Amino acid sequence: MSQVQGLTTVLEESEQSILQNWIKLQVETSGSRGLIKEAELRNQATNFLSVFRNAVQENAGEQQQGPAWDEVRTFLSALSASRALQGFSPSDTALFVFSLKQPLFEAVQATTRNSEQLVDELRLVTSLLDKLGLYTFEAYQRSREQVIQRQQQELLDLSTPVVELWDGILALPLIGTLDSERTQTVMESLLEGIVAHEATIAIIDITGVPTVDTLVAQHLLKTVAAARLMGAQCIISGIRPQIAQTIVHLGVDLGDVTTKSSLSEALRLALQKNGQTIAPLAKH
Amino acid sequence: MERIPILQLQQFLLVTIQVELHDQLAITLQDDLTEKLSTSRAKGVLIDISALDIVDSFIGRTLAHIASMARIMDAATVLVGMRPAVAITLVELGMSLKGIDTALNVDKGMALLTELSKSAESR
Repeated sequence: MSQVQGLTTVLEESEQSILQNWIKLQVETSGSRGLIKEAELRNQATNFLSVFRNAVQENAGEQQQGPAWDEVRTFLSALSASRALQGFSPSDTALFVFSLKQPLFEAVQATTRNSEQLVDELRLVTSLLDKLGLYTFEAYQRSREQVIQRQQQELLDLSTPVVELWDGILALPLIGTLDSERTQTVMESLLEGIVAHEATIAIIDITGVPTVDTLVAQHLLKTVAAARLMGAQCIISGIRPQIAQTIVHLGVDLGDVTTKSSLSEALRLALQKNGQTIAPLAKH
Repeated sequence: MERIPILQLQQFLLVTIQVELHDQLAITLQDDLTEKLSTSRAKGVLIDISALDIVDSFIGRTLAHIASMARIMDAATVLVGMRPAVAITLVELGMSLKGIDTALNVDKGMALLTELSKSAESR
């Protein structure tokens, strides 16, 4: 355990010089200057060194287990997450840990005379920092993935609005390709819309759907069937000439679903089914 | 034994399922309802499933059977109050209950039933 004691001593004694060199190195090598203030960087570096020292003191085994190491990892997770949001590149984020190697090596080299012990300590430092660096990288990627997932969800929600056109008449303008996952969202928001607006007729407008193949048609029919189970009738509108041709060529059977070429035609039919009509005002 | 009450409202039968509908209960309901249809000579059946969280393929099929039985006994069936999640599940199971008329709630279901029985009378 002598190399652990050696490392602890080094970390305690040369903390200030390690910190100085480390920050200088980070500022020099970093490609994202200006994304973070030096004071903030100094603050992060100081905090990391202190949790790192505690962890080494407690248990410097290469397994990195125990509450002190958990603390180090929590710190790095938070750091990676905030950097991912600030727009740092992945290598810049990992550099935070990896750039500690050089100043730490120098400090170890300066204090250790025995060459055998020096090799041991350097190996320990490398192994510890490599693991932490990889962990930083993973945490960075995780938080980026969370951002992507959230955006995907937002995109899904954005692209499936349910609007009430008239009393009891809903419109669902679909834009973009319909895959199974989107169909699920579309179906859910339509059915919830039916309940919320007490709708009896729903118009699904597919003007913005680029292609209708057998799978998309199947998804549309599923949506229509689910709406029917809730007591609402569906009209599919916005069938463009090319889409009409594809549907017939593919031999897709739309069953007894009413289809209209435009949304206005569909609205006219829906009003008629509800016993209403839009008429021009009589002139005086 | 546990039973689902069948109420007569003028010329219609009203079935409100308020408990979890397990298989045996569904079969009992089917028996009771056909019995009641023949004695009451009702013109329509309204089944409210707004309290049902789960409808599996068996219950779905039983509901479809009840509707078919009612039809050949000269009564229309309207299923009301299905929840969105249940509707999605049934469609995913491939059961779109083609033969049954549906409505959003009891109010709309009653209106539909009245209309259906009127058009049946005029035939």
